[in-house]
Amino acid sequence: MPMERNRRLRVMVAKPGLDGHDRGARIIARAFRDAGFEVVYSGLHQTPEEIVHAAIQEDVDLIGLSSLAGAHLYLFPAVVASLRGRNAEDIQVIGGGIIPEEDIPKLKKAGIREIFNPGTPLDRIVAWVRQNVNPKE
Amino acid sequence: MSLTYNRKMLEEAEEVYDRWDREVEKTFEKHPERLKRFSTVSDMEIQRIYTPSDVREQDFVRDVGAPGQYPFTRGVQPTMYRGRLWTMRMFAGLGSARDTNERFHHLVNAGQTGLSTAFDMPTLMGYDTDSPRSRGECGRCGVAIDTLRDMEELFEGLPIDQITTSMTINPPAPVIWGMYIAMAENRGIDRRRLGGTIQNDMLKEFIAQKTFMCPPKPSLRLITDTVEFGTNEVPRWNTISISGYHIREAGSTAVQELAFTLADGIAYVDAALERGLDVDDFAPRLSFFFNSHLDFFEELAKFRAARRMWARIMKERFEAENERSLWLRFHTQTAGCSLTAQQPYNNIVRTAIEALAAVMGGTQSLHTNSLDEVLAIPTEEAATIALRTQQIIAEECGAANSIDPLGGSYMVEALTDRMEEEAFEVIHKIDEMGGMLAAIEKNYPQQEIADAAYHYQQQIDRNEKTVVGVNKYATDESLPVEVLQIDEELERLQIERTARIRSDRDQQRTRDCLEGLEEACVEGRNVMPPIIDAAKAHATLQEMCDVFRKVFGEYRDPGIY
Repeated sequence: MPMERNRRLRVMVAKPGLDGHDRGARIIARAFRDAGFEVVYSGLHQTPEEIVHAAIQEDVDLIGLSSLAGAHLYLFPAVVASLRGRNAEDIQVIGGGIIPEEDIPKLKKAGIREIFNPGTPLDRIVAWVRQNVNPKE
Repeated sequence: MSLTYNRKMLEEAEEVYDRWDREVEKTFEKHPERLKRFSTVSDMEIQRIYTPSDVREQDFVRDVGAPGQYPFTRGVQPTMYRGRLWTMRMFAGLGSARDTNERFHHLVNAGQTGLSTAFDMPTLMGYDTDSPRSRGECGRCGVAIDTLRDMEELFEGLPIDQITTSMTINPPAPVIWGMYIAMAENRGIDRRRLGGTIQNDMLKEFIAQKTFMCPPKPSLRLITDTVEFGTNEVPRWNTISISGYHIREAGSTAVQELAFTLADGIAYVDAALERGLDVDDFAPRLSFFFNSHLDFFEELAKFRAARRMWARIMKERFEAENERSLWLRFHTQTAGCSLTAQQPYNNIVRTAIEALAAVMGGTQSLHTNSLDEVLAIPTEEAATIALRTQQIIAEECGAANSIDPLGGSYMVEALTDRMEEEAFEVIHKIDEMGGMLAAIEKNYPQQEIADAAYHYQQQIDRNEKTVVGVNKYATDESLPVEVLQIDEELERLQIERTARIRSDRDQQRTRDCLEGLEEACVEGRNVMPPIIDAAKAHATLQEMCDVFRKVFGEYRDPGIY
């Protein structure tokens, strides 16, 4: 059950690794903004550590990772591990992009809450976030 | 010169179609049209019918003409595909240099007529495989090239003195090209005989594809170095492939793709002229690269308009005299962004339609996407089907029998005119901003593309645009597709290999070469000769790119959404 909102949901959309495909990430960032979330966009070419550092600085509730160049199996878990290493596992992580079906269980096992594949309507992603992420106190 | 249609015919046509319109609209109460508004993929509104009135301003000689003649609307060569088919050039790169070499041999044996190399992300960004920034990326979306040895293995056994090679590489383009020239020379092939293309188009990287290293200004200087070097030393090489493909993939409209690409071209020509080169010496080696998306007529019109616009720009704006300077020769790739992960076999059909549009539009070479490209790098089987698609278009369906077969269609001519008009408006806007470099610094094209991409996504989400298998005709069942796996061991092996090459080389010689490169960067001398020397001395890709980063600084994404 979503709780009484103290503040708006803060979401970071991030591009880990060297992949430059940012069409999806930027569309998601706009959709989150239009849904009333506060949005931080990392820009391209961030290491997992840089993303986690910025997420903690910005005090976000959720990180949405985007990868379309095949390095998700390394990069997504590395973000979760880095959050744990900094005692920030209250920040949830979701992902999207070109993710083969058989990689999804591996990513979920590594702590990524949900994976959204190409073709997912924006409002379905927004609805998932509303249902599953609460703004911190 | 005279208008295409005489006044009498125009009057008659107008009368016929006015009457027809009134009659048709009477039936709408009972039988309304399917949609309130018909529009292209780019959301350009399309009329119920096109008639001679829509091309009333067109002057046949001035605007259409014959193939091989100014303004080249109908094709750059006089005989087009009746003389020689387009080059079937499948973009390939995966895993190690050895893996990609095997794929190249397979494609050549399957009838491919040109090579095209996809590099992995670290290579594209100018990092070696053992850089911390490269972790997890080796060989994932292309081949990893760290040193000359990798380049040698990549082209082993391939007749690079007879077949042309395209390399999709941007920030490190001078380095990768230098390695290629070094590899060829080590094989005893004269650089003057080498034919091929480096993409080397940094402006569209800032705008759309987003692999970058140095800021825009020094990037343009490095590109101009390659243009100058190619003009003097490697005369059969296309030193820039001015690319709309990625602009479109990032979500632009067809008109934006056309306008931004030609505006990039104008900036490169300006830079080379500033360097003191003669336009007719280098312009014939400029080539283009466009996207072919799903809207058949929009794409076809775009290709025709592109040829005519570039011819006019080169003649009127730059006063080129060599006919070849006026030619817009282009490679086409079907639209990756039009493919769907859902019901992936449908992608074969999408690609076939897009490829047909490119052929009707007079492309010089073509890559057709594989059905699984939305999931991973294509398997050999999927890549073969994509190549066969081109062969069917070329040799079975008659599309290559006649030149510009859709020229003269009222719709195609009207759309061609409209594309040109709207794209020139955008180019004028960019001119007013002070050219493409200034426009990029103002984030103008980046913002325009982001707006168009969001608009399109919203249209899909509102079901105003159909994506078969996604927002219409969706099913739960999924047909399994075999997806190519990249060996996890690859990264470790490549790191070891590069480390071995680094420790086995003549260290003093490598250091001297890298210093020579740095001096050339600082003193404004052409970087290509020292790069070729450094490549032969087994300097790595990153060692050379680090010189650029040190001298010119690094560019960071402004993170606009």
